[in-house]
Amino acid sequence: MHTKTLTELKAGLAAGEFSSRELTEHFLGRIQQFDADINSFVTVTEQQALAQADAADAALAAGKGGLLTGLPIAHKDIFCTEGVRTSCGSKMLDTFIAPYTATVVEKMAAEGAVMLGKTNMDEFAMGSSNETSYYGPVKNPWDRERVPGGSSGGAAACLGARLAPAATGTDTGGSIRQPAALNGITGLKPTYGRVSRWGMIAFASSLDQAGPMGLSAADCALMLQAMAGHDHRDSTSLNEKVDDYLGALNDDIRGLTIGVPEEFFPDTLDGAIADNSREAIRELEKLGAKVVSVSLPSIKLSVPAYYVIAPAEASSNLSRFDGVRFGHRCDDPQDLEDLYKRSRSEGFGDEVKRRILVGTYALSAGYYDAYYRRAQQVRRLIRDDFARAFEKVDVLMGPTAPETAFKLGDKKDDPVSMYMADVFTIGVNLAGLPALSMPTGFIKGLPTGTQVIGNYFREGQILNVAHKYQQATDWHKQAPVLGGAK
Amino acid sequence: MAIDSKVVAQVAHLARLKVDPADTDALSNRLNDILAMVDQLQQADVTDVAPMAHPLDVTQPLRDDTVSEPNVRDKAMDIAPAAEDGCFLVPRVIE
Repeated sequence: MHTKTLTELKAGLAAGEFSSRELTEHFLGRIQQFDADINSFVTVTEQQALAQADAADAALAAGKGGLLTGLPIAHKDIFCTEGVRTSCGSKMLDTFIAPYTATVVEKMAAEGAVMLGKTNMDEFAMGSSNETSYYGPVKNPWDRERVPGGSSGGAAACLGARLAPAATGTDTGGSIRQPAALNGITGLKPTYGRVSRWGMIAFASSLDQAGPMGLSAADCALMLQAMAGHDHRDSTSLNEKVDDYLGALNDDIRGLTIGVPEEFFPDTLDGAIADNSREAIRELEKLGAKVVSVSLPSIKLSVPAYYVIAPAEASSNLSRFDGVRFGHRCDDPQDLEDLYKRSRSEGFGDEVKRRILVGTYALSAGYYDAYYRRAQQVRRLIRDDFARAFEKVDVLMGPTAPETAFKLGDKKDDPVSMYMADVFTIGVNLAGLPALSMPTGFIKGLPTGTQVIGNYFREGQILNVAHKYQQATDWHKQAPVLGGAK
Repeated sequence: MAIDSKVVAQVAHLARLKVDPADTDALSNRLNDILAMVDQLQQADVTDVAPMAHPLDVTQPLRDDTVSEPNVRDKAMDIAPAAEDGCFLVPRVIE
C-alpha cells in the first residue's frame, strides 16, 4: 500500500479494497520498522491515529466521507496539536503540550484525515539540513550519510521512505521545496496568506507559509484543497475564493508560456543540476508549452535581504520564550534577568541563537536603516522583478536547489554556505508567490528537483503544469530501497 | 560593519541571551561572516524605493466587537512552568 499515491489510496478506500485501519496500521508498521534509522518522526501518535482510522471507516461505511477521510497524514512538528507535544524541533518546547490545534491540522481532520504523528524539523524551522533539530538529524532515505534538507526534512524524508503517504510542511525560505527536491518528492509553497498560519509556531511572520508535501502534484492538490482558505483568526490570511485545484489538474497546457530566468542558471551552477532542469523544461515544451528567457536582476540579493528580514522577525517572535509562561525554564533562577537569560540560552540551540543575535543587531538603534530598511527596499525590487516577468509568462522554472543532498556535517559549522542551499527558493518567499518543487531525475543516485513558480493565487496552474509533467515521466514514482541496505 | 566581542555581549543582553565568554570570539566571527554576506545589500540602488513590509497590498480585516473566543485561562496556566492562584511565578522583583 505504501507505493501508492494519496490519490490512489483514496480510490482504494472508496472501493473498499482496504480499510483506513489497515492502511493506518500499515504505515505505523513501516514507521516502527524503519524510522529508528531515518529519524523522521519526533512523535508517533499511534492511539489517536487508530481511533481516527476507526472513525473514518465508520464515516466511509455511512457514505459520509470528506476529502481526506481515512487517509494517513504526518504533520510537521511546528503545527500545534491539542494534547500532543508540539516541539518545533527545540529543547525549548520539548515538554510543551499544545493547548489548542492549528487551523491546518483542524481543517484536514475535519475532512477526515488520520494523523500519524509529528515530523522532525530544524529547530524553529531555521535550517536547510535538519541538523539543528534537538531530536537529532534526519537521514536522507536515498543515502543515510546525507541530509534530507530542511527545515521540513522529517516530512520530506518520511515521504521519500514511504513511511507516510502525505505530509504538511512550512516554507519560510525554501523549507518545503528544498527538502522535497532532496528526497524526490513533490512539495508546494502556496501564495503567502493562502493557508492560515494560526497555530503554526512563528519564525518570520511575513514569510511563513504552510503547504502540502506528497508523492505527486495530484496529491498536493488534494491536500491543498483541504488546507487553503480564509481564517478569521489569522489577520494575514487572505479572503479570496479557493480555486478548484483538483479540477484544474488536467487543463491543457498547450500555449502555456514558461519563463526561464537566466539568474537561475548562473555560470557557477553545477552543470548536471542545470542540465536536469533544462531537460524538465524541454519535456514540457514537447507537451506544447512555449519557453522564453527572462531576467530577474535583483534576485541575486534575495539571500542577503532574507538574512536580515527573517532574523529580524525571528528575534521579535522568539522573544515570547521567556521561561515564564510556557516552554523551558532554567533551574534556580537568581533573579528575573537570570531566569530569562538562562532559560533562553539553555532552551535554544546555536543556529537559533545566532539568528536572534543577527536580528537584534539589525534592528538595534543606528543600524536599522542600513540593514532592515534597506532589506525591505530590496524586497520590493525583487517583487517588482517577478511582477515584470509575469507580464510576459505564465510560470517560471529553474532548479529548486543548487546541489543534491550533501553529507551530514558538511555545512553544519558554516552558516553562510548553508544559507546558499536556498539561493533559488528564497526570492519566492520575499515576493509572496506560490511555487512547487517536483522530482525531475537523479544525479549519482540522488534525486533532483525543479521549481515551478506561479503568479499570486495561481496554485492551480502550477499544480496543473507539474501534473502534466508527471503524467509524461515517472521520476516521482522512484523510491529508495530501504530493506537491510545502508 | 564588523562586530567585536563587546558588541556581541551588548546584543546578547538586548536579546536576553547568555553567551559564555569563552564562546564570544567564535560567535563574533560567525556573525561577521553573516553580516559580510548581508552587506551585499549596499550594492543595490534603492533611491525612492518604498520599503515592503508585506507581500500583498491588503488591508487589515475588521470584525464586530463581540466575544469570539472562549476563555482559556486555565488551559494556558496549566502549561506554565510555575504558577499559583492564577498567577505566573517568577523570582522576586520588588524587595
